[in-house]
Amino acid sequence: MSTLIALASLAVLILVLEIFNLRKTIVPLTLVGLLVALGLNICDFNSVDSFYNNMIVVNKSTVLFNSLFIVLTFFIVALGQSFYKEQYDKISDYTSLKIFLLIGAYCMVSFGNLVMFFLGLEILSITLYILAGSDRTNIKSNEAGMKYFLMGSFASGFILFGIALIYGATATFDMHQIVLASTQLAMPKWFTVGFTLMLVGLLFKIAAFPFHFWAPDVYQGSPLLTTTTMSTLAKVAAVAAFYKLSEVFFPAMPTNFVNLIAFLIVATLIIGNVMALKQNNIKRLMAYSGISHAGFMLMAILLGKTAEPYLFYYMAAYAISGIAAFSVILYVCQDKKEELVIHFRGFAKHKPVLAITLSLALLSMAGIPILAGFFGKLFLFTEALKQGFYITVITAVITSIISIYYYIKVIIVMFTYKNADTHTVYQKNFMYSAVAVAAIIINLIIGFCPSIIIDLF
Amino acid sequence: MNCIIILLIYVLGAVATLASNSKNAAKTALVTSLINAVIALILTGEYLNGNDVSFTQQWISNPNISLSFVVDGLSLTMLLLTTLLLPIIILASFNTLYSKANQLYSLVLFMAFAMAGTFLAQDGLVYYIFWELALLPIFFIGLLWGSDEWKIRKRVMVTFFMYTFAGSLFMLAAFAYLYTLTGSFAWSDLSKVVLSTKEANYIFLAFFLAYGIKIPVFPLHTWQANTYEKSPTIGTMLLSGIMLKMGIYSILRWQMPIAGNVSENILKTVIVLCIVGIIYASLIALRSNNLKRLLAYSSMAHVGLVAAGAYVGNSTGYQGSIIQMVAHGFVVVGLFYLADIIYKRYDTYEIKEMGGIRSQAPKFTTFFLIIMFASIGLPGTFGFIGEFTLLFALSEKELLYAVFAGTSIILGAYYMLKMFQNAVLGSTENKVFAEVTTKEYFVLAVICVVLIGLGIYPKLLTDLFIQ
Repeated sequence: MSTLIALASLAVLILVLEIFNLRKTIVPLTLVGLLVALGLNICDFNSVDSFYNNMIVVNKSTVLFNSLFIVLTFFIVALGQSFYKEQYDKISDYTSLKIFLLIGAYCMVSFGNLVMFFLGLEILSITLYILAGSDRTNIKSNEAGMKYFLMGSFASGFILFGIALIYGATATFDMHQIVLASTQLAMPKWFTVGFTLMLVGLLFKIAAFPFHFWAPDVYQGSPLLTTTTMSTLAKVAAVAAFYKLSEVFFPAMPTNFVNLIAFLIVATLIIGNVMALKQNNIKRLMAYSGISHAGFMLMAILLGKTAEPYLFYYMAAYAISGIAAFSVILYVCQDKKEELVIHFRGFAKHKPVLAITLSLALLSMAGIPILAGFFGKLFLFTEALKQGFYITVITAVITSIISIYYYIKVIIVMFTYKNADTHTVYQKNFMYSAVAVAAIIINLIIGFCPSIIIDLF
Repeated sequence: MNCIIILLIYVLGAVATLASNSKNAAKTALVTSLINAVIALILTGEYLNGNDVSFTQQWISNPNISLSFVVDGLSLTMLLLTTLLLPIIILASFNTLYSKANQLYSLVLFMAFAMAGTFLAQDGLVYYIFWELALLPIFFIGLLWGSDEWKIRKRVMVTFFMYTFAGSLFMLAAFAYLYTLTGSFAWSDLSKVVLSTKEANYIFLAFFLAYGIKIPVFPLHTWQANTYEKSPTIGTMLLSGIMLKMGIYSILRWQMPIAGNVSENILKTVIVLCIVGIIYASLIALRSNNLKRLLAYSSMAHVGLVAAGAYVGNSTGYQGSIIQMVAHGFVVVGLFYLADIIYKRYDTYEIKEMGGIRSQAPKFTTFFLIIMFASIGLPGTFGFIGEFTLLFALSEKELLYAVFAGTSIILGAYYMLKMFQNAVLGSTENKVFAEVTTKEYFVLAVICVVLIGLGIYPKLLTDLFIQ
């Protein structure tokens, strides 16, 4: 709880600093503030508590998820320092929006009440709508913001309607009482309908089949840093929220509901990976790769409570390598209008370290051993096989093979020296390189010792 | 002495090589590989004296994975093959000036690290990790230092990468399934697991996809010739000399012990595929005009025989395939080195454009003859012992197998001698072929000594794995 208060004060403080014309101190101060919040959060590690009539819940799993979100925000804010160089007068807005986004993410996993969940979801979504359209002079950014807003508000509407139906069935918003009611009493039909409607909204938020269509367009149009935020922080926050809800609602669903989710996973994996093959824009490529990873994370949700450490590990591995990859993409595409894959041609010659960083990040997503992504997939496969989801695992294996092709395509482009644009001068940028290297080091560490995360649960 | 030292030295050597400048890179790599060759010999001594040189350490508690590296006869033989061949391979590429040599040799040492790890690891997952790690360096070696146009090379290397990666993911799935049965990845637990025939069939096939692609066995071989041809010589030597042995080693270590009670039909089909591959590859080799491609197909034919012997599953097949793996490792490295020497002089791999070597370079011709005869399997060379044992193992299973597999020796003799006739003999035609240099002489002499020495006294090696 103290974390949430600290974060909220931090977000307001940033806005106040702007008034006093202390613009230069904003990013360093925010980074320090985030570290403090992380410390406060970790202090709660062993406590089990709830606040305001069970609105906010604190326990081990929420602390861990929130720590991940704070670390991701830390990286994203650090990247913002140079990304918003040209709109530096708005840095306070952007930075505080990101902190608000983090608050939304916090509420989305720490809720003990569906109202709080919806509040968190909306805080997260609205900040993302603004950030998606934040490059006001660029028509594509406007388009992305508009598309995301229209579709996102529909999704929110579905979720809200679902919550209302669940209230109709159980006469409560409180998660504990919903569990009690759904296990002890016979539930009316609209309880199932309610959660199905929420499912629609949640699938939209994590960009899974059949509600994934917005992702490539919005990812492409949004400013690059917003794309980074969407594909890392916002995605894992939505998945974590989905997981928290699934813990309560999946047991109360009809028996063949599991088959529905399994089907959605298979379809998401196939669509994400197959569509990514033909992309020549790196943002769209990452969007489709993100869709396929949503499929993997859904798999962990399907597996339930025993897979929680594995879900967390997968999220951490995916998001951290996402940060590393996007930092390098930011570095390469600093002053390019479009983020095409061919812009990476010969990059390894100019910046070998960053090229290797991006290669490792992509290989981690593809699931090459010793990188964190490999263990993420391995843990999921093992657990899924244990529970007997053979077809899902076989699809996941085959689509992993497909995915390696488009990741390796980007890597090869970087190592192409022939016909390389030797005149390209890459602007030096300390922050992008530092974040990229730091993120990939974290990835390697959790890849070498997965126990440090798995044993936390 | 502990076997993990070898892995550590390879990693340290790879880092040191990367840090050194291009001129000294090859030397640093050579020193590293020589140190490890010595250590491997010391380890062999300790193992034969009955000392424990294994290493086990819990790595991940949930799921239960431990870093366990165990030395036994099989893994020690493979370790010796790796550590002893590597200095030869590195010395063999001293002649070639590679750009960015420090990166290249660093990748080579890293690959040796991964391959040694594959042979030593006794935990399924750790083994799998090393298996995959070996793929990355060879991919980059082929991609960045290979021959031919970038576009073609890229396509070839990506095909290779996708093929092998695809196969090994099925192996991973098989390991994951086995884990759900036993709760452990350790070889000692997995080899005891009792599978129903249906389970064994699926697991056998999943493993077969991984190993069949790596070896390669007949319908899964399409990546091989192109990759061998386009890779730089050092990459080809690593691929054919050591890396494909990973596949056969894995059959002996993992596939047959775990999925041993696979249905007889599947086993027979796989053996028949191996034998079809032998004849098929020999026939293509017969028609090849490119020396490197011919050697690639001849390698495929020989390895097909080894794989068939390994799948027979009796102790003769087991011993024969280990012997032949070692023999083939030295033979194929020698052959590719000979091809490389010719390429240096004549600047071509086309057999038609060669000729007239014998009269100009008698020493070279002698070496060529010895290594070629070892490849054909002439009595007195180590290749003969391997091939004979393998054919005997096949005849124990079914005589017809041995008859068809035996054609490989006849066909092998035919295409190798035909190639020898066209490439080495013949009139001089104004092409100057310089005699082998001291370095080349040394490398070829070492290979020939090993092949003939072990051919005359194979007990030196076979004592390691025959109790």
